Amino acid sequence: MNNNIVIHAHDLTKKFGNFTAVDHISFEVGTGEIFGFLGANGAGKTTAMRMLCGLSHPTSGEASVAGYNVYKQQEQIKKNIGYMSQKFSLYEDLTIVENIQFYGGIYGVKPKEIKERTQILLKKLNIENQAKSLVGSLPLGWKQKLAFSVAIFHEPKIVFLDEPTSGVDPITRRQFWELIYEAGNQGITVFVTTHYMDEAEYCNRISLMVDGKIAAMDTPANLKQQHSADNMGDVFYALARGAKRSE
Amino acid sequence: MRKLYYILQKEFRQLKRDKMIVVIMLAVPILQLLILPWAADMDVRHVKIAVVDNDQSSYARQLISKITSSGNFELASHTFSYQQATQDIEEDNADIILTIPPHFERNLIRENKQQVSITANAINGIKAGLGTAYLNSIIRDFNMQIRVEWLPEAVLDKNLPIQTTSSALFNPHANYRFYMVPAILVLLLTVVGAFLTSLNIVKEKEIGTIEQINVTPIKKWEFILGKLIPFWIISLFVFSLGLLITRFVYGIPIVGNIGTLYLFTNLYIIGILGFGLLISNFSQTQQQSMFISFFFVMIFILMSGLFTSTASMPAWAKVISNGVPITHYMKAVRALVLKGSSFMDLWQLAVYLVIFALVLNMLAILSYKKTS
Repeated sequence: MNNNIVIHAHDLTKKFGNFTAVDHISFEVGTGEIFGFLGANGAGKTTAMRMLCGLSHPTSGEASVAGYNVYKQQEQIKKNIGYMSQKFSLYEDLTIVENIQFYGGIYGVKPKEIKERTQILLKKLNIENQAKSLVGSLPLGWKQKLAFSVAIFHEPKIVFLDEPTSGVDPITRRQFWELIYEAGNQGITVFVTTHYMDEAEYCNRISLMVDGKIAAMDTPANLKQQHSADNMGDVFYALARGAKRSE
Repeated sequence: MRKLYYILQKEFRQLKRDKMIVVIMLAVPILQLLILPWAADMDVRHVKIAVVDNDQSSYARQLISKITSSGNFELASHTFSYQQATQDIEEDNADIILTIPPHFERNLIRENKQQVSITANAINGIKAGLGTAYLNSIIRDFNMQIRVEWLPEAVLDKNLPIQTTSSALFNPHANYRFYMVPAILVLLLTVVGAFLTSLNIVKEKEIGTIEQINVTPIKKWEFILGKLIPFWIISLFVFSLGLLITRFVYGIPIVGNIGTLYLFTNLYIIGILGFGLLISNFSQTQQQSMFISFFFVMIFILMSGLFTSTASMPAWAKVISNGVPITHYMKAVRALVLKGSSFMDLWQLAVYLVIFALVLNMLAILSYKKTS
């Protein structure tokens, strides 16, 4: 891992009226890092991620993504990132190939490139026979893997994943993480939120959000040591126990 | 520009798979145009009349048969008692009562003068008003007839110095459908334009794909144009289909220049699509967008002079009426289809429509936020 910083946040804050969803968070993420963003429901993970993606204006604080300011250069940021939201983000009434073509096209990937990369992708996901099936007819696990592949189709510097594996079976989750590692090896920085603690172990480094603040940030191994826990679940429990917000 | 191509490609692929769109494009215009003009007909026919005949004379019978043979009236009852007739009105069996007094014929012959009374149920104001007017004119005719029978020609001329004849310009048979069919065509375009566009975008909000679009480097105008162009084409298709029905089913000749008609139609479509986009920016769910569209379309219809005359509105209502795009388009369509006006006669309406198109689309682009 090199030390080039691609995501930088300092005292980043988002308020909705009196409610402070994200409360002065600061962190840095380096190139090619797989950065896990953990926290209970309502801790502020999605809000923080939306600010970094240029979908939401911060209330205060500073942040830059891929070298661009989140206040002024949101459109520049959008060219350099991929994003997979909590809601399924592909068009169910388009086929696999049509979805790839659309998203590739609007990111400005050349038609010839789109064709070539589509073939590689279909082969990798082993869905060549389903290329012309409507996405709506695919099983959830396939959809999620496809959504991830589409999110990095234009070869962004950073990909933001918001609970990408929720509702997916363990085998598919494992395959999904293989795709994430592959992206990381290609130099794509991965910023992923999750509340599966076994997945937290796969990350290079994690931050744990509690009530809008970052309660801990380190490698999974160090965190376990600090809290003398056997697994990340215990670490999570130790830190998030005092949370006031929860569902 | 390349991005716009990909957006359009995606929109058309989705529309092609959406069976509802085909139904809306074909069935809605055809059914609305075939059914509505017959129902939304404000000519008053079948007015149910109760006659209280206290005279039972030959003249009374002549009058009654003249009324019933006019085509506008149906004899609901023929009684001796006014009370019975009132009862008929209360039970909704009659709309209007004609009372012929006792000694009607005798007084008419002896004194050359007689009165009859008309009582109308004004719950349905249009029916009461027009029914009374028709009945008056029939009785006036009957008057003339009696005079002709009784008086020498010389006297007759003296007694009626002014006679009126009337003719209806641009719609020689005063056919109500000539007035309604173009209006329903306009209404159709409004509904298709405003509802379909706003529903389409809000659907993307509901399923969450809009968030994915917002995180791409798509420009606002690219996204808006990508949504506008397909529905523009659909609207033009619906309009053309409606125009064919107007011409060949109703036999309404399109007197004006077709090119000018399409020019106005395009201006209007751009405006109304912008309006649909604007609605979608302010609604989160399809129900919300339906409700807002419905609310505005209702106001548009009632304020536009579609069913009523804008000239008779109070001053403040005329201001609202002028602030509604459909008003100007409706005027243009009626003038072009029925009257054969030229563009020079209607250029002011075109200016209005251009302003609406610009303002609504500007607002749509401004209120569409990729970052919240």
